[in-house]
Amino acid sequence: MDLRGKKVIALGEPDGVPGPAVAECAKSAGADVILTLTACYV
Amino acid sequence: MGLEDQAAVKRVAEEHRDVVVLLGTPDAESTQTLAQTVVAGDPSYAGPLAGVPLGLPVFHVFEPEIKTQVAGEVYEAQAALMEMSLETDKILAGLREVREGATP
Repeated sequence: MDLRGKKVIALGEPDGVPGPAVAECAKSAGADVILTLTACYV
Repeated sequence: MGLEDQAAVKRVAEEHRDVVVLLGTPDAESTQTLAQTVVAGDPSYAGPLAGVPLGLPVFHVFEPEIKTQVAGEVYEAQAALMEMSLETDKILAGLREVREGATP
């Protein structure tokens, strides 16, 4: 999957990679981040 | 995934084309639950995505095909430490199971 030009939902978790950090990775890969969430998995 | 988060995912998935979900989940179980939610619908049948199979492509930030697209210094700063401390193989195996289960 080439992320360039894709609309990315960055779905992180506090115990893993948080949403904003996932979003930074996606942006670096050329994606357009449309939603950033840091979900608490229950 | 919380109900408000599900509603937000549903809204943006309906508003945009070429939507891809990128996960930062810390274990196989959370990876599978979140992946199922955005592929086949909320497995707990509690939220706005219950019975709503968005069918979104879903990847994990630790996957080699994703990681190689991220600038090295960005990956080092944002994800590399967690990749080293988590069970990446199990996380990615869990994601593969969801993908295979979602294949018609």
